[in-house]
Amino acid sequence: MTHKPSHTLQAEALSLAYDSRSVIEDLDIAIPAGEITVIVGSNACGKSTLLRGLARILTPGSGRVTLDGRDIRSYSGRDFARIVGILPQSPTAPEGITVADLVARGRYPHQGWFGRHTSEDDRVTAEALAATDCTELADRPVEALSGGQRQRAWIAMALAQDPDILLLDEPTTFLDVTHQLEVLDLLMGLNRERGTTVVMVLHDLNLAARYADHIVVMSRGSIVASGGPREVITPEIVSAAFGLDARVVDDPVCGAPMVVPIGRFHGAPARA
Amino acid sequence: MSTATSARQQAPVGQVRAGIARRAVVTTVVLSLLLAAVVTTAVATGAYPLSPDRLILTLLGQGEAREAFVLFRLRLPSIVLGLLVGAAFGIAGALFQTLLRNPLASPDIIGISGGASVASAFGILILGVSGAILSLLSFAGAIVVAAAIALLSARGGISGYRFVLIGVGFAFVAQAAIGYLTTRGDVREASQALVWIVGGLGGAEWEDNLVVALALAALFTLTAVVAPRLRMLQLGDDTAASLGIRVERTRLTILVVAVALTAVATAYAGPVAFVAFVSAPIARRIVGGGRLSLIPSALVGAIVVLVADLVGGNLLPGAAVPAGIVTGIIGAPYLLWLLATADRGRQTP
Repeated sequence: MTHKPSHTLQAEALSLAYDSRSVIEDLDIAIPAGEITVIVGSNACGKSTLLRGLARILTPGSGRVTLDGRDIRSYSGRDFARIVGILPQSPTAPEGITVADLVARGRYPHQGWFGRHTSEDDRVTAEALAATDCTELADRPVEALSGGQRQRAWIAMALAQDPDILLLDEPTTFLDVTHQLEVLDLLMGLNRERGTTVVMVLHDLNLAARYADHIVVMSRGSIVASGGPREVITPEIVSAAFGLDARVVDDPVCGAPMVVPIGRFHGAPARA
Repeated sequence: MSTATSARQQAPVGQVRAGIARRAVVTTVVLSLLLAAVVTTAVATGAYPLSPDRLILTLLGQGEAREAFVLFRLRLPSIVLGLLVGAAFGIAGALFQTLLRNPLASPDIIGISGGASVASAFGILILGVSGAILSLLSFAGAIVVAAAIALLSARGGISGYRFVLIGVGFAFVAQAAIGYLTTRGDVREASQALVWIVGGLGGAEWEDNLVVALALAALFTLTAVVAPRLRMLQLGDDTAASLGIRVERTRLTILVVAVALTAVATAYAGPVAFVAFVSAPIARRIVGGGRLSLIPSALVGAIVVLVADLVGGNLLPGAAVPAGIVTGIIGAPYLLWLLATADRGRQTP
């Protein structure tokens, strides 16, 4: 397995808006190459928007996003898609499409004009299915899959696209704990074995702390903290970004910081 | 991953995809045979039936003058027009429904055909134009409606019911405008006016067919070029963008191609009701696998138009009925069924 070349994806003074509603203003971020970056923050803080801006789905209102020093808008669609891929939050599948066919569509940026499928495409598609444990599901229609299987199929499609930088918008939403871990393990394997740079938005702070090399905490459209889990996951930052009173202890499994929320009825000194 | 495992795991991908492709090919062959049978029947039947031997002799140029007239001046022009517009409506419907991710969003339902029809009726009845200019005028009418719908529904996003409902409004306006034009213009027969309202193959001429064929050849080629990108758009705008598609530009290109297909067909056959609406869903139900099924949609479209023309011309009691009335009778129950089951979570077409 060849190791991915490292690319630098950066945003400078980036502002993003939907119509006239500004979501992100004047934001700077550099994605560390070859690492797993997790973006966390409370609802509507602009996490998904930032991801969409980095993936060239949203055009910046001002500022720019660069890949290897070049404005991402100067890349051709295909060239960019071979380096950066995104798995959006709620992708749609046409009725009746099989898993194999869905995953094979990820090969599009590597194909010529009429989308002719080569044996190389078949090979990469098969690898993507195997890596996500979807080989058995190859001939099943996507709508017949369970939530976890479906998410794996979509990740397989993103793998078939074979980008060096993979962005994922809440890849664990709607999954139970087992499947959440399965998906995150898969992504970590991808990062460690192939060197794929992974950037994802996650809701669960503890999973973020466990799987991230680099955490970006967002609040109200700006970055309030970023760095390694140890530096970032502190009671002060959690309180500032989420308005949550919590203690941070060591995760007994891997030693990563673990957030234990306090809440209204617990955590106060024992009643007299 | 070792090469051994990847070689072993490669088999299902190839097999599964080949299986889907095979089904599409078989469907295309079967539909083609069916279409050939319909064409043969259409050539032989009518007020002046031609037996197989007379048919062959006439085709070889050895029939009587009267037989030759029936075949070459009356029947074949209609059949060729039916093939062309059926295919155009079938593909236009498939493009619209896929692009807008809504089975109701076909050009006949959302007033695109209506716009084309109004412009065509205006061109013929008031301006007296024909040929390529008529096609262009029809396209102008259709694109005006498409642009108006897009503008009015811009805030709600271009998929969803808002778009469809605004389109349905335009379809009604178009109906009224055609009604007005037919009372103002010099229309001697009610059946001629009916062509602009419901559509049909009556009065087809070779010269017109040539214009239609040339225009559609260009549009089908364009469709083949944009089809791979539409296949990516089926996965949602964000996923398509992630795969390197310029979403807005691609949507616009496909929309213009689909509008043009509708306009060219409508300029010469009227807005044959529901052909665009039913063809792609029928084709996709047979092919399956989430494929675009553009060629099967074209074949189904041609079959539907020709069968409707046959039924209207021969089976219904009374005078010959335009194909559009027959397709209206077939299409309406499907529309009702779609509306009745609309709130169930349906996947995008």
